[in-house]
Amino acid sequence: MAFSFNLLSDLQEMWSYQFMQHAFEAGTLIAIIAGVMGYFVVLRRSAFTAHAFSEIGFAGAAGVLLLGINPIVGLLLGSSLGGLAIAALGRRAANRDAQIGIVLAFALGLGVLFISLYSGYATAAYSILFGQILGISSSDVLLTLVAALIIVATVAVIYRPLLFASLDEDVAEAKGMPMLFLGTTFMLLVAVAVSFSVQVIGVLLIFSLMVTPAATAQRMATQPQRAIIISVAIALFATWSGLFIAFYEPYPVSFFITGLVFALYLMVRLIQRIGRGKLIILSRNDS
Amino acid sequence: MSLTLPGLRSVGVDSSLITAENLTAGYRDKIVWRDANFTFGRGEFVAVIGPNAAGKTTLFRLLLGLQQPVRGTIKIFGAPPKRGNPRIGYVPQRHVIDSETNIEALELVRLALSGKRWGFNPFSHSDRDAAIAALESVDAMEVAHRPLGVLSGGELQRIFLAEALVSNPEVLLLDEPLSNLDMRRETDLLHLVDDVVRSRGITALLIAHNINPLLPHLDKVVYIASGRVATGKPSEVLTSESLTALYGIQVEVLRDPHGNVAIIGLEEHHGDV
Repeated sequence: MAFSFNLLSDLQEMWSYQFMQHAFEAGTLIAIIAGVMGYFVVLRRSAFTAHAFSEIGFAGAAGVLLLGINPIVGLLLGSSLGGLAIAALGRRAANRDAQIGIVLAFALGLGVLFISLYSGYATAAYSILFGQILGISSSDVLLTLVAALIIVATVAVIYRPLLFASLDEDVAEAKGMPMLFLGTTFMLLVAVAVSFSVQVIGVLLIFSLMVTPAATAQRMATQPQRAIIISVAIALFATWSGLFIAFYEPYPVSFFITGLVFALYLMVRLIQRIGRGKLIILSRNDS
Repeated sequence: MSLTLPGLRSVGVDSSLITAENLTAGYRDKIVWRDANFTFGRGEFVAVIGPNAAGKTTLFRLLLGLQQPVRGTIKIFGAPPKRGNPRIGYVPQRHVIDSETNIEALELVRLALSGKRWGFNPFSHSDRDAAIAALESVDAMEVAHRPLGVLSGGELQRIFLAEALVSNPEVLLLDEPLSNLDMRRETDLLHLVDDVVRSRGITALLIAHNINPLLPHLDKVVYIASGRVATGKPSEVLTSESLTALYGIQVEVLRDPHGNVAIIGLEEHHGDV
């Protein structure tokens, strides 16, 4: 497998491997759900909560691994239970960093115990912590498709109320909007999105798909729909490019994805800083 | 008050938009204030003043149906308050807007209309037109497309006012819109609120720390301190005699030659409320 500068034949060669096909299919679906949910995660300042989900999910995944069950089941169970608990506490409580930190540290410790009890120690732990997109099966792809459909459909239904409740909580409450329902639904959607994103990027690198693309997009667009589209586009670009590069280079996909989204974020900040500088100079000349 | 003309009776009933009788507010184990009686008519501008934690926001929560009375009755539009009444516009004291909120002002105002609707439907033009009209009415169109996070305190208050006005409310509840504004912006915003509520016939309740900038605009004042509530015209309520009678302790109301008021005796010694 050598890179040939003929993009078409490169892609054809890549697609002749089934594991690459699966990786692209699952990666595409996950980039979409992470890009969409990431927008609301950043808007609601819930990045830390999302991270907690992934680590509670890690304990769940390691636990079910002992029982010989697909780790995604444990991830979904762990992160959903964490999501329900935090939603039940209410949004203001959801911002209690210390409590969430205490629970996630314990969950991570539990995960370490489960992993050490598991005979296939190193690889299993490694793939949950850092992602293993190249080992994804066709049934996992199907499961990811179902999850993506559920997330996109649910977000489409609750889009406007969720956006308003995220932006102006007190007014939304006074307007009689179902805050507990919206908060719980949001937490469950994030839990599902996190659980599936772990397949690509792993528990520890979850921010690179759930936070960085959305944070970059929010700097680029002041209209939510546009920002969500940009967020998805960045996640897709990073996932596809990461898979493409990793096909030729012996380094992990998750490194390339984290590196690409980080580089994009820095680039946008840099361009905006230079742009703002110009604006200031212009207005000084005007006056 | 002293004139009783039989023909005007029905007018009197019709004009009372908000009424409270022996209203006691708080929670079962903690009374915030008690035995309030007041009536506010259509188009009245009312200031709600008093020390910190006296229960000014509690009055708003009762009117919004977010909290139930401990005793007594409160009615708005002739019925007990219920959550989600579209005839009330509300500007809370706290917003989650910070410098990182990179969403344009127009979106917030538009969401105040469309945020209650389910389903993904690109925002309708009528919502957009209504949002623009609301922003124009508070003279904030020039910042309509700017991110909320970069707006000044005065600009944000205009946006929040537009957000409350966009659904054409009959009652407007403004919780400390003047805090964090310098004197010039405070005066500007007060004139704007006065213009908007007078021209639309809105009944406005405005919570503030300092009554003096409000005095030229007010029809009535609600003074909440030490668990009691005094209501009426500013000239009637804000006197040494009426406050002393209400609180049973010596209260002094001082006036300077410009008509500014200072209330002595209640502001300091009520850490219990």
